[in-house]
Amino acid sequence: MEIEKRVGNKNIGEFLINNALYFILGAILVTVVSIKPSFATLTNFINIIKQASTKGILALGCAGLIVIAGTDLSIGRVLGLSAAVTASLVQSVTYASRMYPQMTQQINLLIPLFLSIAIAVIFSLINGFGVAKLHLHAFIVSLGTQLIAYGLTCIYIEMQPSGSAQALSTFNDNFLNKAAGSFSIGNVKIPYVMIYFLICAFIMHIIWNKTKLGKDMFAVGGNPEAAKVSGVNVVKTIMLVYLVAGIYYGLAAFLEAARVQSVGANTGINYELDAISACVIGGVSFSGGVGTVIGVVIGSIILQAINYSLYFLSINAYLQYIIKGLIIIIAVAIDVRKYLEKR
Amino acid sequence: MEPAKYVLEMIDINKEFPGVKALDNVQFRLKPGTVHALMGENGAGKSTLMKCLFGIYKKDSGTILMEGEPVDLTDPRDALDNGVAMVHQELNQVLRRNVMENVWLGRFPLKRGLVDHKKMYEGTKEIFEDLDIDVDPREMIGRLSVSQRQMVEIAKAVSYDAKILVLDEPTSSLTDEEVNHLFRILEKLCDNGVGIVYISHRIDEILRISSEVTILRDGKWVATRDSANITTDEIITLMVNRDMENRFPPKVNKPGDVLMECKGITGKYPPTCVDVSFELRKGEVLGVAGLVGSRRTELLNVLFGSMTLGEGEIILHGKPVKNSSPEQAKKNHFALITEERRSTGLFPEMNIIFNSTISNIRAYLRGFLLTDKMMAKDTAKVIDDLRVRTPNQKARIKNLSGGNQQKVIIGRWLLMEPEVLLLDEPTRGIDVGAKYEIYQLILDLAAQDKGIIMVSSEMPELLGICDRILVMSNGRLSGILERGVHFGDIEGEQETIMRLAAKYV
Repeated sequence: MEIEKRVGNKNIGEFLINNALYFILGAILVTVVSIKPSFATLTNFINIIKQASTKGILALGCAGLIVIAGTDLSIGRVLGLSAAVTASLVQSVTYASRMYPQMTQQINLLIPLFLSIAIAVIFSLINGFGVAKLHLHAFIVSLGTQLIAYGLTCIYIEMQPSGSAQALSTFNDNFLNKAAGSFSIGNVKIPYVMIYFLICAFIMHIIWNKTKLGKDMFAVGGNPEAAKVSGVNVVKTIMLVYLVAGIYYGLAAFLEAARVQSVGANTGINYELDAISACVIGGVSFSGGVGTVIGVVIGSIILQAINYSLYFLSINAYLQYIIKGLIIIIAVAIDVRKYLEKR
Repeated sequence: MEPAKYVLEMIDINKEFPGVKALDNVQFRLKPGTVHALMGENGAGKSTLMKCLFGIYKKDSGTILMEGEPVDLTDPRDALDNGVAMVHQELNQVLRRNVMENVWLGRFPLKRGLVDHKKMYEGTKEIFEDLDIDVDPREMIGRLSVSQRQMVEIAKAVSYDAKILVLDEPTSSLTDEEVNHLFRILEKLCDNGVGIVYISHRIDEILRISSEVTILRDGKWVATRDSANITTDEIITLMVNRDMENRFPPKVNKPGDVLMECKGITGKYPPTCVDVSFELRKGEVLGVAGLVGSRRTELLNVLFGSMTLGEGEIILHGKPVKNSSPEQAKKNHFALITEERRSTGLFPEMNIIFNSTISNIRAYLRGFLLTDKMMAKDTAKVIDDLRVRTPNQKARIKNLSGGNQQKVIIGRWLLMEPEVLLLDEPTRGIDVGAKYEIYQLILDLAAQDKGIIMVSSEMPELLGICDRILVMSNGRLSGILERGVHFGDIEGEQETIMRLAAKYV
């Protein structure tokens, strides 16, 4: 009897730790609601998820890199470059100081989308090549590429006919509608970007759990030697993971351009930190081989929930940084409990 | 066409690593349907030769023929595709993934472009049933015992249906029963015409299972003989190039007064050791025998404070001591040399000085700085006292052989002058010559009045050097045997231990 009871208690403890993410998210929301009951509206929750979406897509992309024990410091700057190219091609044709005055008709949105993805993929593949073939640490190679991306962004933005370095703005409505618009179900406005985020998460979930690439990725991240001697093409696996990450970055850049509505040299700065934070909060281990897509999604939402709540509670902006820092550390500390073995 | 006489021929294989000629014109020929043992001390080139075959290393020169046809396998994928499978000495597994994913890694069954989990599960189950392995394919592999993991690796290699199967030390963690089981599997494969290369340090196993033996020494081919016409002593002589009259040094130690008393030692987090009581005398070598999973390692860790003590008492020199952490155990003059020395005892990228002094680094502080001179002096002592073979103190420890690494780790602890030495499988994976030196060292330490507790899965070595042997079974103490009463040239000694080891299973 007593043994059974002990086992029962242990299971509850394990259950709490294994689902710590959800409890953390719940705790944040409950805390905010109890301080300010007016927080508990559907609009607020949708806003949180909406704001989590673009960075969530970035996080989904870079989560795979973290699973193979890498990281990516170039996310923000690459997003900036892709977003700048997107922006230049979706400016309203009635806007006088548009980047391409010869553009007199709206071009198909697939073109900027494709270019945005292509640019991000090229950068991501350079990172991947550095890691897989040159055996550089992902930290180092992406430290380099982020500078290159930033330089290119600045050069590109300065190529405006006006010769100024002012942000690219005034986008056409079609673009804004598709990328940053929303549709209504009854009284509820659902932003498209939320749907894109969910689709991206679903696809990534399939890649991670149902495809050879996903399995190989976890093997390479968990034990590269085991992967190699089992006949896994490690180089190819790494390159493919970076390729997928690039596609997600490109898509996120396209959406981000519409969200911020004005793309300058500093668009995207420090986004990599949010993407990486979302991954680690969501339980993707920096030592590689561990992580789930749902974790990354929840991690992104937690991160945004923190931002949104602190703002909602009108907490001092500097204090917000401090609280956010603490919550990230505590959330990850709780999450790693489930991998610690008692001895 | 007549079938080729050899399924595999490796001719004049050369391989050089920086500073070492790892393989020097090595010859190896494997007949189909036979087990061919590959023997030699650590560093003799056995694994290197097989890694050249499997495409992990690139040979510098030489020819490899499979069934008479020249092949050049450039990577493991290539080797697997060409009918060569290998069980690696290091259990190369992805610990955080489940068993079936590990078994199918590199060749996942696909259905409409996606991985077919059902087929993976059923395929794994089938393989396991075929080989009589009782493991759930969905279990995370990190949760299995080392012997189960080893069986999974063997099953994986077998499931490739290869023409050539290489097993590199497949039995290092297996019990006798599991070894028998493995041998039945290998015999079945031989009947199907598979050629098997079997690398092991266990000579008795080799003589049982193989039909031919090839012996390498220092990267050179020494001999290939029929197993039926060679004796253990001959093999050892060929391997070490010197006569080994005795595998064990003479016992020079004499147990004296009681040094430590353990009462009802029980770990806090099961599965662990339960209610283990015994005494350890000064100058005594106390062996701990048991099957895999008998919680011998847990006992040592609980004594050392690296696992939490639940109940029980440790009494040293008549006074109770508390080892609630390894630091405290160190202060109480305990030392533990771990089983998995590569992962838990060694700093592979660091030099011998670092590896010798790290546990006792405070002793070298003068103010805030470490004194190189004292560290060098103690490192020299480690190298001299334990006869560590190394070019110099600054050599990275990963470049030494397994036996020499083990010596440095033991030396590290000896610098702290421990009274109670806990050794977990001190000779695992090291060669015969180095084993003898380790035995000698253990007995010398006992002769200096230290108390030594030594866990080992190799019964002959326990019988060879211990004064008493604790036998553990399923976490509990099932008997204590004394030299001269229960063992030490006494008939049926091994059976006595086996019977006790199975007592609570």
